[in-house]
Amino acid sequence: MLPLSGERIDAKGIIKNKSDTGDIFRGTSTLKRGFAHMLKNGVVMDVTTVEQAQIAEEAGAVSVMVLDKLPSDVRKAGGVARTASIRIIEDIMDSVTIPVMAKCRIGHVYEAKVLEETDVDMIDESEVLTPADETHHIWKWDFTTPFVNGARSLSEALRRIEEGAAMIRTKGEPGTGNVAEAVTHIKKVNDELRIIKAIYDSGDNQDLIRIAREFKVSYDIVKETAKLGRLPVVNFAAGGIATPADAAYLMSLGCDGIFVGSGIFNANDAKERARAIVLATTFWNESEKVKEAQKMIDERQSMLGLDVKTLELRMQERGSSA
Amino acid sequence: MSLTVGVLAIQGDVHENITSTETALKELGIEGTVVGVKTTKEISKLDGLIIPGGESTTIGQLSLVNSSLKMIKEKTEHGMPVFGICAGMIMLSKTANDRVVGKTDQPLLDLLDIKLERNSFGRQKESFEANISMSAIDIPKFNGVFIRAPSVSDVGSGVEVLATFNEKIIAVKKGNLLGVSFHPELTKDVSLHKYFIKLIKNSKN
Repeated sequence: MLPLSGERIDAKGIIKNKSDTGDIFRGTSTLKRGFAHMLKNGVVMDVTTVEQAQIAEEAGAVSVMVLDKLPSDVRKAGGVARTASIRIIEDIMDSVTIPVMAKCRIGHVYEAKVLEETDVDMIDESEVLTPADETHHIWKWDFTTPFVNGARSLSEALRRIEEGAAMIRTKGEPGTGNVAEAVTHIKKVNDELRIIKAIYDSGDNQDLIRIAREFKVSYDIVKETAKLGRLPVVNFAAGGIATPADAAYLMSLGCDGIFVGSGIFNANDAKERARAIVLATTFWNESEKVKEAQKMIDERQSMLGLDVKTLELRMQERGSSA
Repeated sequence: MSLTVGVLAIQGDVHENITSTETALKELGIEGTVVGVKTTKEISKLDGLIIPGGESTTIGQLSLVNSSLKMIKEKTEHGMPVFGICAGMIMLSKTANDRVVGKTDQPLLDLLDIKLERNSFGRQKESFEANISMSAIDIPKFNGVFIRAPSVSDVGSGVEVLATFNEKIIAVKKGNLLGVSFHPELTKDVSLHKYFIKLIKNSKN
C-alpha cells in the first residue's frame, strides 16, 4: 500500500477547489507519488528533440525526459548546464501521449516554476545540470507538479523525500555509459534499508533516533521507511545505463524501473536499443528474453563510455551533502 | 472453490492491485489467490484479470510481444471477467484518442464497445482526488484518485455507465467487463475490488 503519511499540512502545492459534489484536491502526496507508481517497471528515456521523443514512445518508454543536451554531451561541453528550451519541451508535449518530464538545476526554484507553468508531468531536480544552490534543494511541497530526485544513499533519499520528492532515482554517474556507480548506489541503499529494518524489528527506538540524527531527517520518516523495509516512494535506477543487460541487472537489484540518459541516443542504433532496453526491463527475470533483447543491439554501436575513476567532474557529488 | 485472480504484471501499478485484491478476498471471506501474470500460460489459469494503471502504450506493445494480449482476448470472449483501471480501461476499449495528440494507433483489446479519450482531464498538474458515486453497484461514495486520467467519450449499446464526473464518463460495465478512469488501488477502500471479486465468483457459477 502506498504510504500517505508523508503529506504535510503546510504544503502549498495542494490546491483545494469546491464543487457541487464536494472538494476537489490537486497536488496531494497520493497524486504525486501515485503518478510515479504508474511508471513502475518502465523505462524513462532522455531526449533532446521531438524525433527522439517519438522513437522513445514507439519503443515503449513510459515517459521521456527533455534535456537541452544528453548528459554525455553536457560533460563534453562544460560550462553551465541549464533547463531545456521551453519551446522544445512544448513541442514534445504536443507530439507524444506519454508523460513528459524535464530537468531543472538543483535548488533553482524558478526554473522549476517555469517547468510547472509549462505543465510538464514531473520535474527532475538534477545533478546533471549545474547546481544553483549548494546548500538548499527546492522545497518541493510548494509545487503541485511532482518531483524526482537523485540519491546515492538512504540518507540522501530520505532528505529528498522529506523535502517533498515523490520519486527517487539512483544518481549513478551520468553520461558515462558506465553502470558501476548506479549499481553501487542501489546496493548501498538496499544495505541501509536492511539495517534499519532490522533495528525496527528489534524494537530499538533509541537506535532509530540515532539513525535519524545521523541521516539529518526526522524520526518519523526513518521509522516509516524502516517498517516498510523499502523507500516509501518509487525508486528507479539511473546513471550510466547503456545496454539491455545493464537495465535487467538493475531491475534484479530491486529497482522499480529505469532511466536511460545518454545510453540510447548517443548510440548509433538508437531505435533498436530503445526497444531492446524496454524489453529487458519488462522481462528482466526471464534470461532468455534478456538475451534476445541484448542480441538486438550491436556492442560496436554502444557509446564508448568512461571509466569513473578518471573523471574530472563527478556529477553524483552535486548536492549530496545538503 | 478457490479463485485465482491475476494482475497483468507487464508495467504499472501491479503490487498495489495485488494487495487490494488480497484484502478484498479476506474481507469477503472468499478463498483465493492473487498472482502477477505475464505469460500466456499464467493467464490461461485465471478466473479473473485486473489490468492495472500504467502507460497504455507500453502495456499494449509489450503484451503483443509475448501473445498475452491474444490470450486475454480469448479468455474474455469465453467469459473471464476483466477489470481495467485507467490504462487498463484504455486497453479494453475499441478506440483511443489523445486529447492533444489525437488518434493513437496503439494496440488495444477491443473488447468493450467504448471510445476513450486519453489524458482527458489534462496533464499531471490537473490530476485530482474527488468523491464520486457508483450507486448502480452499491458504492455511493468513493474517493476517486484520477492520475492523467482518461474518460469514456462514447459508449456502444449495452454498456452501462456507472459513474460520471463533470459530465465525463469515468466508470463503465458490460457483462463481466468493468472499466474505471481512477485508481482504487491507491486508496484503502477496497469496495470496488470486492465488487470485481463477486463478479468473478458469479461467473464461475
